[in-house]
Amino acid sequence: MYNFAYHKPASLADAVKILSADPEARPLAGGQTLIPVLKQRLNKPSQLVDLAALGLAGIKVSPTALTIGAMTPHAAVARSAEVRKAIPGLADLASWIGDEQVRHRGTIGGSLANNDPSACYPAAVLALGATIKTDRREIAADDFFQGMFTTALEPGEIITEVAFPLPVEKSAYEKFRQPASRYAMVGVFVAKGPKGVRVAVTGAGQNGVFRVPEMEDALAKSWSPDSIAAIKVSPDGLVSDIHGSAAYRSHLITVMAKRAVAKAG
Amino acid sequence: MPQVSLKVNGKKVTVEVEPRTLLVELLREKLGLTGTHIGCDTSQCGACTVHLNGDSVKSCTMLAVQAEGAEVLTIEGLARPDGTLHPMQEMFREHHALQCGYCTPGMVMSAIDLVNKHPEGLTEEQIREGLEGNLCRCTGYHNIVKAIAAAWEIMHGKKAARAA
Ligand SMILES: Cc1cc2nc3c(=O)[nH]c(=O)nc-3n(C[C@H](O)[C@H](O)[C@H](O)COP(=O)(O)OP(=O)(O)OC[C@H]3O[C@@H](n4cnc5c(N)ncnc54)[C@H](O)[C@@H]3O)c2cc1C
Ligand code: FES
Ligand code: FES
Repeated sequence: MYNFAYHKPASLADAVKILSADPEARPLAGGQTLIPVLKQRLNKPSQLVDLAALGLAGIKVSPTALTIGAMTPHAAVARSAEVRKAIPGLADLASWIGDEQVRHRGTIGGSLANNDPSACYPAAVLALGATIKTDRREIAADDFFQGMFTTALEPGEIITEVAFPLPVEKSAYEKFRQPASRYAMVGVFVAKGPKGVRVAVTGAGQNGVFRVPEMEDALAKSWSPDSIAAIKVSPDGLVSDIHGSAAYRSHLITVMAKRAVAKAG
Repeated sequence: MPQVSLKVNGKKVTVEVEPRTLLVELLREKLGLTGTHIGCDTSQCGACTVHLNGDSVKSCTMLAVQAEGAEVLTIEGLARPDGTLHPMQEMFREHHALQCGYCTPGMVMSAIDLVNKHPEGLTEEQIREGLEGNLCRCTGYHNIVKAIAAAWEIMHGKKAARAA
C-alpha cells in the first residue's frame, strides 16, 4: 500500500474542507472496498478522511420515510427490526451482502458512492425511489447512478444519509450470487410503494443498475410472477464475462425477477 | 508517526503506526500476536478474523488507526490464564475441526461471534452461512460445523464443558 495522510475529523464541515482542498483526498467509510483497492496499489490517495466520527450512523423511521445514515453498517440494517417491518426486502438484501465480517464494517454510503456494477444496495435504492442526501443537496435515485463506478457526486461531496419513502407495500430482493465473491451476478429488487411499482436490476448492466419499465407496467396491472414470465431484457448492453454470458444474464433477470415477485407476496 | 491506543485481549496498548499499517500488521508485527493469520490479499479468506468491540471483522481490511479506542479480541485472548481452552477451541479439538490449522484462528473467532449473536439457537444452515467469510482448504467444513453446534450447547448453558 502506498502511504497517505490520515484524518478523522469531528465535524462534517471539517471533512468537506479537507476533501475540497485536495482532489487527491478520499473519504474512508467501512473500507471494505477501498482498503482492498489500496492494498493492490490500484489507487493512490494523498489523504484519507475517516467519516467514522461524524455521527452519520443510525436508522430513523417516520410515517413517510425510513432514513439510514451513510455510515450505518450492513449488519445493522440487516438486524434492524424497524427496517424489517417497514421494508423487509431491504433488510433481507443487507443480510446477503458479502459475509458477516464484511457486513460488520461495510456501509450503505460507501456502497452507493462506489456504485460497483454488481453491488446490491443500488438495486434497492433505485427500485424504492430513495433520495440520497449529501453535505450540500438531495439527489433522487434516478439521477444518482450514472454508469459503472460513476455517480452524480461532485469531487469531495459526502453522502450523509439515504431516505426511503414510506409506506412500502411490497419489497423483495433476489440475487444470483457469483459463487466465489458472493457479489450479485444478477440481482433484482422489486417494489411497490409511494413511487409506484419499480423493478431494478444490478450485476447485469454494462452501465450499472437499471430499471425494467416493461416489467413495471405488467406488475402494476397484475402483481404476480406469471405476468412477467414472458418479459426478457435484451442481452445487448448486458455484461458478458468469465462468470456468464450476456444471454445467460438476460435469462437470469427474468428468473430472479419472478422469484422476487413471489417472495414479496 | 500517528499513535494508536486500543485494548487488545483486555490489555491497554499504545503503539506508533504508519497510517497505512493494517490492524493485522499491528497485531502480528508490533504486538507479536501471530495467532491471527493472513491467508489472502483479497479480503476473502477470513484467516485474519478478530473481534472489534464484539463484532467479527477482517483485520487485514482495516487500518490500525481505525481501531483507535476499540477493544480487540484475538485467538490469544480466548483461553483462561490457567490454560483452560474456550469451549469453542475445546470443541474444535474434540470434533477434529482442523487439519493444518491455518484457517482455525479465524474460524474460531467467527464461530464465537456467531454463537454469541444467536442465543435462540443455530441451524446447520445458519452455521454454514455464518462461515461464508472463512475459507478452509483442508477439512471440507463438516467437522467445523459439528464443533460449532456442540460449542453452542456449552456456551448457552445447555451442556457442561467436559472436565479436563
Ligand atoms: C469479500 C467481500 C464481499 C463483498 N460482497 C458484496 C456483495 O455481495 N454485495 C455488495 O453490494 N457489496 C459487497 N462487498 C462490498 C461491500 O459492501 C462494501 O462495504 C461497500 O461496497 C463499500 O462500503 P464501505 O463502507 O466499505 O466503503 P469504503 O470502502 O470505505 O469506500 C468505498 C468508496 O466510497 C467512497 N465513500 C465511502 N463513504 C462515502 C460517503 N459517505 N460519501 C461519499 N463517498 C464515500 C470512498 O471514498 C471510496 O471511494 C463485498 C466486499 C468484500 C470485501
Ligand atoms: S487475510 Fe484473507 S481475509 Fe484477511
Ligand atoms: S484446517 Fe487447513 S485450511 Fe482449514
